[in-house]
This record gives sequence, structure tokens and C-alpha cells, in this order.
Amino acid sequence: MKLLDVWHKLRGASGFDGGVVLDMHKQTAASPIVDCPLPSVLIHPLKQHIGASCKSLVHVGDTVLRGQKIGKSQGYISAPVHAGTSGRVVRIEEHTVPHPSGLGMPCIFIEADGEDRAVAVGPKLHHWSMEEPAVLRERVRLAGITGLGGAGFPTYVKLLKDQRSPIHTVIINGIECEPWLTHDHRMLCEQSDTMVQGLMLLLHMVGAKRGVIAIEDNKPDAIAAMQEAIEAWYAASEHQKALKLSVQALPTRYPQGSEKQLIQAITGHEVPAGKLPMHIGVLCQNVGSTYAIYQAVTHGHALTERVITVSGDALPKPANMRVRLGTPMRFVFAQCGLEVFDDIQIIHGGPMMGERLKNAEAPVVKATTGLLAMQRDVLLAEHQVEEPCIRCGHCSDVCPVRLVPNLMADFSRQGDFEKAEEYQLFDCIECGCCSNVCPSHIPLVHYFRYGKGQLAQIRKEKSFAEASRQRSEQRAGRMEQEKSEKAARRSRVRAQAKPAVTEDKDA
Amino acid sequence: MESIIYAVLALGGLALLAGITLAIATRVFHVEGNPIADQVDALLPQTQCGQCGYPGCRPYADAVAGDEAEVNHCVPGGERTMLAIAELMGVEPKEVEEEATQPMVAFVREDECIGCTLCIKACPVDAIIGAPKHYHTVIADHCTGCNLCLEPCPVDCIDMLIKPELLEHWSWPLPNTQRAQQGRERRSQHEAA
Repeated sequence: MKLLDVWHKLRGASGFDGGVVLDMHKQTAASPIVDCPLPSVLIHPLKQHIGASCKSLVHVGDTVLRGQKIGKSQGYISAPVHAGTSGRVVRIEEHTVPHPSGLGMPCIFIEADGEDRAVAVGPKLHHWSMEEPAVLRERVRLAGITGLGGAGFPTYVKLLKDQRSPIHTVIINGIECEPWLTHDHRMLCEQSDTMVQGLMLLLHMVGAKRGVIAIEDNKPDAIAAMQEAIEAWYAASEHQKALKLSVQALPTRYPQGSEKQLIQAITGHEVPAGKLPMHIGVLCQNVGSTYAIYQAVTHGHALTERVITVSGDALPKPANMRVRLGTPMRFVFAQCGLEVFDDIQIIHGGPMMGERLKNAEAPVVKATTGLLAMQRDVLLAEHQVEEPCIRCGHCSDVCPVRLVPNLMADFSRQGDFEKAEEYQLFDCIECGCCSNVCPSHIPLVHYFRYGKGQLAQIRKEKSFAEASRQRSEQRAGRMEQEKSEKAARRSRVRAQAKPAVTEDKDA
Repeated sequence: MESIIYAVLALGGLALLAGITLAIATRVFHVEGNPIADQVDALLPQTQCGQCGYPGCRPYADAVAGDEAEVNHCVPGGERTMLAIAELMGVEPKEVEEEATQPMVAFVREDECIGCTLCIKACPVDAIIGAPKHYHTVIADHCTGCNLCLEPCPVDCIDMLIKPELLEHWSWPLPNTQRAQQGRERRSQHEAA
């Protein structure tokens, strides 16, 4: 292990495989978080997380309060949706959501009444250290919190205190390795005390002893702020020395903010393919999620707002903003001085892993980390002409999951999806390092997404065919049975009728 | 003379032994049904639509396995299914006669339905529910779009609708670069040849 560390130091790399160093464009790193005003209508999609879609609990014309549950979760991996402000439900209909397809899903439209009256999901729990972890976990579930780092996985699922896989380390992910984005950076600087409290809360919930706040070394002010906050906490609470809190500064390298890569960089252990961090005893939470969890537990606040970065080379006034969930993107951009979207590409999330959107009509959702307005011609200059692969192997060097991107892309391009899967297509985290370094401008990640989509399609068709086959076999069996029953009944009737006939004849 | 007897005995003994072994093996490793027909059946889309000229997917699979039918009769399966069956059967791929249409789903106009249950009886996959003299309806998630319910309906109250494009079913298209198109064309030419 030691030797490996030395090797990483020599290479100037962090403790995970591959990765690239990007131009960071962190223009908003010094701009304090400002509140985005409340728009007249909020749009709440009924699915803003990974997992099952929600069911609407309200009807058109209903009045709702901020934090009131309007979408009921349907399943274990799911998160409820709450109203962003007080007002009236004016419409429930399909509306475009932040998704590369531009397709829509059912959304609840709330017309704000301007009073912004709120309702809590439960009583305030300032003495949370006295509460059972299960009670706190239920609170996080009720508050509808999902991972605010972009993936949108329901947070309460991860906060399980399980005897079989006890968690020893909690990591707060303040890496923010995507270029342009700075909202986590600002949260660390401005809410450092809350972050420490949030980390304590997480340690209590999962029963862990070690807490790490991971920050990349391009944010020295955040590192200093957090160190100060932890020292202040150590000075204030003498009795809790059993807990080990620390700030870990990591060399700047993309995609260090990816959960599994960060865990590898900090603990030196890899999360096995198809397993979750909890299986190796680690819980990783994003800065924004930690803040939301703390607010939900101590104040009973449902997740109705989040901090995002609004930036990009086509935006006049970039900013870090606290935005109410459901705010239309057009409204957010208008606050930053952008009203006309000709020749501008909007990106939802960061430039590496974010989605290109077709228009600015979609609302801000739980998974929105940033909104970028980019000059379309600059952005799309890359990957316009795809040259043949020259087998330089650069993509394999930078792949953080140690895959062979060029071969996987070839197989996907040629429609040989099973072969691509053999090369572990589904372990790809779509970080975009390979596309970024490819000298032939091959859009590798796009090929992987295409391949994954086709495989999912094939699988879905297979399982549908299997279900249809079973139903048709059951039907055939049932008809057979009905037929034989009918025949049996007929022969029975005939058998009963026959003697009667003969008797008649005799008589 | 003696050597001939030995040779005959030895060979005869071996033959007997082999025969007994084979007889036991057929009992021990006995397979119910026709395994090739099962494999073909697994490749078919199970719409049970009868467009292949057989009363369902299983009968068509039996026919293909028995070399009675060509591999290209499955219309909803399209090219992908045809190629898979051709590979399994070790025969030359043949073009599918009819282009597969868009995925469809049946829809009962409920206020016109008279509750005659004829469509329920016609549905090969039990995707229509209802009772006599009550409205019937189609379980859209189970409907294979086979059209078999249209003909029996005495009041023509069943429509075939194009399946709506849902966000959950969307998947990324092939990258729109020249090379991607070329690769796909070359592949399809290779498969057709």
C-alpha cells in the first residue's frame, strides 16, 4: 500500500485509477450563494429520483403549503415529492423534464400565492443524538431527500444501520470535480458549522466512528474553513473524542467526485462491481445532501430548495443560487441576464456528465447540480468528425474503472452488444474521460449509452416475450381443462339421461 | 481360425458394451420435447399473432425446428429475430417478407362496447378483462398488438393505437457521425450477404 502511494505521488495522481486533469473554469468560486426569487408557477415532476415514479396526491384546484407532500412514493427505492411553495394546484399534465430526450412526464403545476406558508414533515429534533437511528432515517425518507450530487438516488436507502455490513467511515463528498460547478464549494465555505453537525448526525445514524470531509486542493478556502470548523467542534465538545473527524485534501483530478472513485482514493479499497459502498463499510454523502438531511432532522424541512451553480461561457452574470425546486430554467437564466437562447446549448449538470437539453422549459429538479449556458458552436466543435481509432490506448489509460473503451465502442457501433457487455459495458460510469482524451474525436461515451440502451431494450423485449408466453400457455391449459370438463359433464348428463329414456320406452 | 474367433468375440463384446452404455445414456439424459423447438420458441417475440401462418409462436417454432417452415415468417420479430433463428438453425438468413410496423396496442372504446366477451376469448395472452354485459378493457402492459381481437368484435369498438413514447422507454440513439453510419451500413451488408 505504501509503495502504491509513492507511485501515485510520483505520477501526480490521486488514489484512484486513471482520470484526467481538466480546465476548471470555476468562475463563480468566490460568489456567495444568493437566493433566487420565487417564480409565479412551480413545476414539480412526479419522478425526480432513481426508482419508482410517484403518484399524485392532489387535484387541480387544491391549495397546498410549502413542504406538503404532493407525490406519494411507490416502492422502496423511491422518494416523495413536496410542494415548493404555498399556492394552488393549477394543472397536472405532461411537461418536459431535464432529460436528453426532451420527452415529458406528468408534472404538478403550483401557482404561488406569494405567502410561502410552510408545513413541516415532523417536529423539530434538536436533540437528535437521543433519537434512534431508525426514527431519523424515517424522517429523511419523509423529507423526500435524494442524492443531490446529480444521480438522485433516494438517500434514506443508504442510511441503513445494518448489522451485516456495519459502516465504519462516513465521507462527505466536497470534491466537485466537474468544471464550472461551484455550489458545493460555496456551501463548504458558508455552512461549515452545519457541515460538521451534519457529519456528526450521519455518524450517529449509521453508527460509524470515522468521518472524512473530502475536498480537492483547488479549493483552499473551503479546506481552511472546514478545518477551522472541526477544530472548533473538538474544542467545544470534550466528551466525544471517540469520533475521528478530519478534512482530507486530495489532488485535483477528474472524476474524483464519483462515489466509487472517491472511496478508492480515501480508503484504498475498491467497491466491487455490482456492489454498493455499504458493502465495504463506507457511506458517502454529497455536501448538499448532508445539508438537506440536517435541515430535515433538526427543522423538519422537506426538500424544497437546493443550491445550484448557474454558469457557462454564454451567461452574462454567472452565480451560485439557492433555487426552489420546480423553478423553470428560463426563469433562473433570466435572473442571470440571459433571455434569448439562440445558438446557446443548455446543459443540465456539469459539462462532463450533464445532459444537453433541447430547451429551457424544464424545471429545476432534485438532481440539478448546475445549469450551464454554452456557446453551441464552441461546444459542438469537438466530435463533429469522427476519425478511425488509431489504437493509441489513451482511453484505457484514463478510464477510472479500467475498461477498454475503444473496443467497447467498436462493438456498440457494430451492434454486437453482447460482446460489449462481455467487456463490462455496464461497469462504465460514463464519466467522459475517454471521449475527452481521444485524439480521433470518437464520441465513446455516446456509443456506450447507445449500447446500454439497446441491451436494456433487448432485455425488456425478452422478459415481455417470456411473460406473454406464460400467459398464452396458461390460457391454452385452461381451455384444455374447460373442454375436458365440458366433455365430462356432457357424458355424465348423457349417462343419467339414458336409463330414463329406456324406462320411458318400457313404460 | 482361433484368432478370428478372438477378434469377433472382442469386437462383439465391445459393441455390446457400447450398446448398453448408449441404452443407459438415453434413459439418464433423456430430454422431454424437442430442444431445438424450445430454443426457437425462446427467440420468438410471443405475440401469438399468427402472421406467420401458424396458430401461435410455439407451433411456428415446432415447424421451424422440423424444417417445415422458413426462418423469415415472424413479422413482429423483424430482422433481429430472423437472424437469430437463422444462426441457430445454421441456415442462410432470408429477408423478412413484411416490414415490422410500429409497436401497437389495442384499445377498447368503452362506451361502444356491448360486453359480448368475444374479444376476451380471442386474446391469446389474456390481456383483455371484462364480464358478460359489462365493459371490457385492455391491459395495455400485457397487450402484444396482435390484432386478433379486432375481427371478432361485432361492433368494431377496438382501435389499434401506436404505443406512446415514454421517457422510461427512451434510449440513446446511435451517435450521428458519418463513421457511425458507415459502421452500421457495413454491418448490415455483411449480415445480408
